Amino acid sequence: MKKLINATDRICEEMVEGFVAAYGRRFDLRRLEGMTVVVKNTIPAGRVAVVTGGGSGHEPLFLKAVGPGMADAAVTGEIFTSPPPAPIVAAVRAVERGAGAFIIHGNYAGDNMNFELAAEELQRQGVPTYTLRVWDDVASAPADRREERRGMTADIFMIKLAGALAERRASLRDMVPVMERAREGCRTIGVALSSATVPATGRPTFTIGDDEMEIGIGMHGEPGVGRTRLAPADEVAEEMISRIVADLPFRRGDRVAMIVNSMGATTLMELFLVTRKAHKVLARGGIEVHDTRVGPLFTCQEMAGCMITLMRLDDQLVELYDSPADSPDFIFTRGTPVPPAADPTGGSR
Amino acid sequence: MSAALLRCEDVINLLRAAARRIDRESARLSELDAACGDGDHGVSMARGFAAVDAALRGARFESPAAVFQAAGEALVGSAGGAIGPLLGTLFIEASRALEGAGPAGEASARGVDTRALAAAFRAGAAGVCRRGGARAGDKTLVDALLPAVVALEEAAAHGLDPAAALRDAATAARAGASHTATMVARQGRARYLGERALGHEDAGANSIAVIFEAFSDARGAPGSDRQ
Repeated sequence: MKKLINATDRICEEMVEGFVAAYGRRFDLRRLEGMTVVVKNTIPAGRVAVVTGGGSGHEPLFLKAVGPGMADAAVTGEIFTSPPPAPIVAAVRAVERGAGAFIIHGNYAGDNMNFELAAEELQRQGVPTYTLRVWDDVASAPADRREERRGMTADIFMIKLAGALAERRASLRDMVPVMERAREGCRTIGVALSSATVPATGRPTFTIGDDEMEIGIGMHGEPGVGRTRLAPADEVAEEMISRIVADLPFRRGDRVAMIVNSMGATTLMELFLVTRKAHKVLARGGIEVHDTRVGPLFTCQEMAGCMITLMRLDDQLVELYDSPADSPDFIFTRGTPVPPAADPTGGSR
Repeated sequence: MSAALLRCEDVINLLRAAARRIDRESARLSELDAACGDGDHGVSMARGFAAVDAALRGARFESPAAVFQAAGEALVGSAGGAIGPLLGTLFIEASRALEGAGPAGEASARGVDTRALAAAFRAGAAGVCRRGGARAGDKTLVDALLPAVVALEEAAAHGLDPAAALRDAATAARAGASHTATMVARQGRARYLGERALGHEDAGANSIAVIFEAFSDARGAPGSDRQ
């Protein structure tokens, strides 16, 4: 293992300290004392709070999703390990302003249990919450057992839309059907070319040959559909898009938002090759791409590989999607999308 | 070995012995996890049980139930992942069962007999299954925990004292953990491996075996049953 770290058991704490040192002032954020939790300082009364979180090691998520029009708090655990209930409860208490909290996390056993325990405690304390489990990965269970699927890059879309609904002063109850509809229209698949190394163990999580790739990889390097020979970017993109499109299925005339995500080590150069082909395949199928986000947005340490996420949009979701948001890594503006620096291509309209 | 009751300080000793054993075996537990998961199970276990040790060290408790409660809360509060809530639930539900015991055996501030201990871990195991949704055969820690509970219940039926009961539970938990190598996972991250998980023992089941082995050795150690 070759990583810039001090001590493995202090990484997460030191990372959050560095994050707040960098962005605390500009984004009006602070860390909750003694916890790997980042919260916004200023939240209007009576607005639903949006809280997200999960294990660390996936940066920029979850920390960089905190900002205006996005999340109000991010709760992080140890690397690839869900946070315990106490910091989740503390995060919600720190940002909740009388209208309850909308909580978003990936569908993993550990996250499910810890967030459930936190919600039970919050209910005892009289704080209403609704928890949305994100389950967009097509590789981890068949379509009729979606609630067994893993949560992947669609977390970002869910945080964006929940933030927009909260800014519009939607009530917790009114947010639920919109968010559930948006979630049901999200599909993701990942491909890994190399393994991640969890600092605490210092060894690659899995072994994979120089000429191999794993299709259907999970956010922590869990295996998916299976191993094949490494193929050219065009073939990989075509295979990924066709698996996603067939699963929902997305149909001719659908509008989508897309994420082409690096798992960590894969360069923007490679991602744009994948993006180029993905756009061609979608255009061929008559699927309109409203916006594309390209970059390392939800990573798995230094794993090489990528993920593609599509979210089906309707008029209401487009309006929410395009509403202004500004966090350290996720910038959205109304009208003609002005993408973040990592996304010079924009959409394909 | 003849003490019929586990007293408050005995329960503290058992759990602190488990903390030491988990710390020692943490690398091996992570290695088991690396075969089917992300390889950090031992780290989470060590973090959780270090918190248990810190909560019990030098503290005074009114009853064995209170000790189990404190251990459970320490695990939920520190370990994170799936293992924190699951092991935390095991001890918290065991504590609740001890507080409400009575017909199931003797469980009081004075101590816990084998019947009450078995009933407590039965309740704890039921809580674990409820919280995690796992059943026997899913290749999870439940596959070591349920055999251990059955062994405790059989020991109680045969009138064995807690030390003998914990010995049987340790043997049963270890056998259960070994048996997980023949299973295809239906819960947890290993389930994505399908048949690729065959031949690998479940890391969580191994942790349960390690915990009961530590309990057993602590009770069997010279001087541990001073009256």
